Amino acid sequence: MERERQNPLFYMVLIILVIMAVGPIVLMLATSLKLNVDIMSDRSSLLFMPTLRNYEAALCDLLWYQPKSLDFCDPTFGRALVNSLIICLISTVLTLVIGCMAAYAIVRFRFIGRDTASLSTLLMRMVPPAVLLVPVFGIWTFQYGISGTRYGIILVYVAMNLPFVIWILQSFIVQVPVQLEEAARMDGAGPFQVFFLVVLPLIKPGLAAAAIFTFRIGWNEFLLANALSDRSTRTVPVTIVNSLTEYNIDWGVIMATGMLLAIPPILFTFFASRQIITGMTAGAVKG
Amino acid sequence: MSIATANRLTPYLFLAPAAIVLVVALIYPIGYVIYASFLDWNPSQRIGEAAYVGLKNYMKLLGDAAFRESLWVTLKFAAVVVTAEMIIGVGLALLLDRNIRGMSLLRTLFILPMMVAPIVVGLMWRYMYHPTIGIFNRTLTSMGFEAVPWLSDSDWAFAAVVIADIWQWTPFIFILSLAALQSLPRSALEAARIDGASQWQTILYIKLPLMLPVLIVTMLLRLIDAFKVLEVILVMTNGGPGLATEILSLRINRTASEFRALGEAAAMSNILLLVLMGLTLAMFLYSKAMEARARALRAAPVGEE
Repeated sequence: MERERQNPLFYMVLIILVIMAVGPIVLMLATSLKLNVDIMSDRSSLLFMPTLRNYEAALCDLLWYQPKSLDFCDPTFGRALVNSLIICLISTVLTLVIGCMAAYAIVRFRFIGRDTASLSTLLMRMVPPAVLLVPVFGIWTFQYGISGTRYGIILVYVAMNLPFVIWILQSFIVQVPVQLEEAARMDGAGPFQVFFLVVLPLIKPGLAAAAIFTFRIGWNEFLLANALSDRSTRTVPVTIVNSLTEYNIDWGVIMATGMLLAIPPILFTFFASRQIITGMTAGAVKG
Repeated sequence: MSIATANRLTPYLFLAPAAIVLVVALIYPIGYVIYASFLDWNPSQRIGEAAYVGLKNYMKLLGDAAFRESLWVTLKFAAVVVTAEMIIGVGLALLLDRNIRGMSLLRTLFILPMMVAPIVVGLMWRYMYHPTIGIFNRTLTSMGFEAVPWLSDSDWAFAAVVIADIWQWTPFIFILSLAALQSLPRSALEAARIDGASQWQTILYIKLPLMLPVLIVTMLLRLIDAFKVLEVILVMTNGGPGLATEILSLRINRTASEFRALGEAAAMSNILLLVLMGLTLAMFLYSKAMEARARALRAAPVGEE
């Protein structure tokens, strides 16, 4: 189809929309590169000397050098960043492995209907983290004894993400031709070999979509992490909220931490927007 | 034969890890929250030590003006936000459903607000709403208008929270309705054009009715999510000023951590869960009905072909 010529007004609208969508993020980036005097000054906010001092302050204990501008180093954020990374990576890998196997069983062996799977996904999507707050706090503290540890947080995240991951992966597994698997079985492969060597490589796009969603949910989650973590296992969102309760907000540093929290999802968006849109539309438009 | 046994057991082996995790960390906690709502329980007690109080928590909530206020704020927030987002999102999709270069880049830019952590979204908007250094009040005062008390006046605070949510979630509706638009049967649009339908007529009588099934599901998904919003509001206003923006999720969090009334928080969680269950059920029944209709249409003998 040839491209129609659009009138200039249409492009004006487009530009305004893009500015509205991206503007707040750009503004945050700009603020994170400013000194507090520049943030507070009355003058135009466009002209300023960019500085990395806020990032140095946030990351000080992870840096290989001692930032000159700092009198003392607050390790809270660096520690939280490490916690967030560990928790999200482990929970993503676990969710994918467990979810993949379950999705495969549901599709190939047909012993619980796919309707059950999609209904339970819907039901789980409906449960707000706030509803899990009380029971998860009680059970994790008093029965499992894993409150305050990274394992506790990982366990909730895996459980929270599993239904969605199973659901999205099964829609990819359905498309893998059974003949391929039968051929592999003829050649003497066992069920586990068939799964890991034949099926998994074929559903890589689905795995990518599922991985991004799982990682992002853990990375951005605050409420349960806040209830389950102690001083040494706090994740980044928890430390950000904690530093906000103080009366005087250090906008430069807090915007730098916010930016660091925002960077991984933004990168995912640029590298895998197609997979993300697949995952998103799968809910409404039958995938 | 051992291989046959292994084959018979395979599905269970594949399913077992998922089943165990879901039971231990999701289904059990949800059952637990129902039980806990009948207890007078504070965070320093084990659940066995908490006293059984029957329906007292629920009765207390029904008589509690703050809870009713919070329920009202939640419903109002969800209704306002979803209506506005549906109108803007579908409108934009209709406007931008054209064959232009760089559409995929545009889509990427538009989904950024959804991908960024809600905490960060709250942070950005709190900064922009800042009474003196925020961009809104700076622009207003530099143009000679009076500064607006964005987050400190209760009506403005509610509007501020709604605006932030619209910014964050309109793209969701935009992307889904764009996908729906682009999968419409070309023949229907072509026929409308040949019959001389105007742009508006095509939109009103062809595009919107054909998109309707997807739009309804999209709306329900968004509605469910609107009840789960928490972090953005927590960072921006923490429910204040007063109770103006204290949605149920926030109130549950406060009841549990500040007032240390876990039983009451559990009862509140159940009420929220009931509302959402109704919505989800509506959505499931609707999509089942649509599927049944599609099947009936396909099964019906094709007359005119």
